Amino acid sequence: MTVLTAPLGGIGRLTLAALASIGRIALFGARAVSHLVRPPFYPREFLQAVLAIGWFSLPVVGLTALFTGGALALQIYSGGSRFNAESVVPSIVAIGMVRELGPVLGGLMVAARVASSIAAEIGTMKVTEQIDALVTLSTNPLKYLVTPRILAAVLVMPVLVAVGDSIGIYGGYLVGVHQLGFNPTTYLKNTVDYLQSWDVVSGVIKGAVFGFIVALMGCYHGMQSGRGAQGVGRATKAAVQGAAVAILAANFLLTAMFFSQ
Amino acid sequence: MIQLQGVHKAFGRNKVLRGVDLTVPTGESMVIIGGSGTGKSVTLKCVLGLVTPDAGRITLDGQDVTRADRDAFLARFGMLFQGGALFDSLSVWQNVAFRLLRGHAKRPKAEAREIAIEKLRRVGLKPEVADLFPAELSGGMQKRVGLARAIAAEPEIIFFDEPTTGLDPIMAGVINELIREIVVEMGATAMTITHDMTSVRAIADKVAMLHDGVIKWTGPVAGMDQSGDPYLDQFIHGRAEGPIAAVR
Repeated sequence: MTVLTAPLGGIGRLTLAALASIGRIALFGARAVSHLVRPPFYPREFLQAVLAIGWFSLPVVGLTALFTGGALALQIYSGGSRFNAESVVPSIVAIGMVRELGPVLGGLMVAARVASSIAAEIGTMKVTEQIDALVTLSTNPLKYLVTPRILAAVLVMPVLVAVGDSIGIYGGYLVGVHQLGFNPTTYLKNTVDYLQSWDVVSGVIKGAVFGFIVALMGCYHGMQSGRGAQGVGRATKAAVQGAAVAILAANFLLTAMFFSQ
Repeated sequence: MIQLQGVHKAFGRNKVLRGVDLTVPTGESMVIIGGSGTGKSVTLKCVLGLVTPDAGRITLDGQDVTRADRDAFLARFGMLFQGGALFDSLSVWQNVAFRLLRGHAKRPKAEAREIAIEKLRRVGLKPEVADLFPAELSGGMQKRVGLARAIAAEPEIIFFDEPTTGLDPIMAGVINELIREIVVEMGATAMTITHDMTSVRAIADKVAMLHDGVIKWTGPVAGMDQSGDPYLDQFIHGRAEGPIAAVR
């Protein structure tokens, strides 16, 4: 009997641990957000976070979008040719990029770049007692380190997504015009004609949610970091894994909410 | 006056503090000694509210520290951390003036910088150091910057966590002397944790020996050598044999 119940017990314990972890992250996030409206505020830390999360992520997000847009154009052209629908390339590239690939791939790239660096930075601060030092200097670490990063990520991720969308569409345009023989004017006209504002807006909203997830995971796991280099390493890994999985799960839920008939 | 009564703290099954009773009178320098892992740091962190005790009471001038207004309470403290705990992303002067640059005690930047440079001078560092970053400093200089940060806002109570760990004997002597001078000149209440006996003799008015989660002995530094307490005797003479079992 124990042989049968032991695996079930294991699954139960894992489920409970996962739920407890989600609860702790949610409480941490709620506390951090509550500091948005309670002074003192730290504008310098916010601006630094905007630069670190937004500006310095532009190259990686831009390159990801450029290659994805190009590959998407090739795939749709080759798939579409099976039923003589090559002409849908511009509109499908645009819709695919702005609704799905722009926000998701952008979010994942920012998760890899930003969640890891936030977790490593805050984790090292914890290990070297800098977080305790903040408290003794009458500074709430949540307010000083976490809230500015979350706010910055929520505000800059939509911009990154919008830039990524444009670059991705441009990637499709480059391949479409220079390799697949599309007329430049027709390509652009088809892109614009079939794209609705809700396609763009829904992707940008996704970007804001993904930004929240990235900063929250980076900060939470950094604050929970264990001792030593190994502790910081584990925190960084947990932050990237957590952010990536949460982004994909949130993407499914948001897509279901926005586009289910 | 800082008073700890029956303070208990456990981390999981590890009972670190098992009823700590200790009184630190205002204006006195109390040094807590004890082996590694005996709960000295946890005791300090309990007073500061960085760690919440499981049981017991900690008061500052008769007021329960858990019920005090956090900001006003912490504004009375300064702390020198073991590794300095300087903020890597900020320059030396911004570290020293941290409390003066933000929050409720905020002052104009130029004034904060001037105070920071003055405090750096007080701990024996030249103004040129002000614009360097912590990573560019030696261990001894980092300790001094940490000390300057601890005294920048003129606190009434200063905590020193292992102030001489990792320093060469001469630099350790310099830091001990600085701590003693600053505590006397500011009239501050000081609480230091260390296992460096040279430090104890240089800094302390009173000494408390922490072992097995309780204070085994407390008294004036002058009475330390004639205490007759076997735990204290073993510790101050660094004997391998005695009631304190060494982990080999």
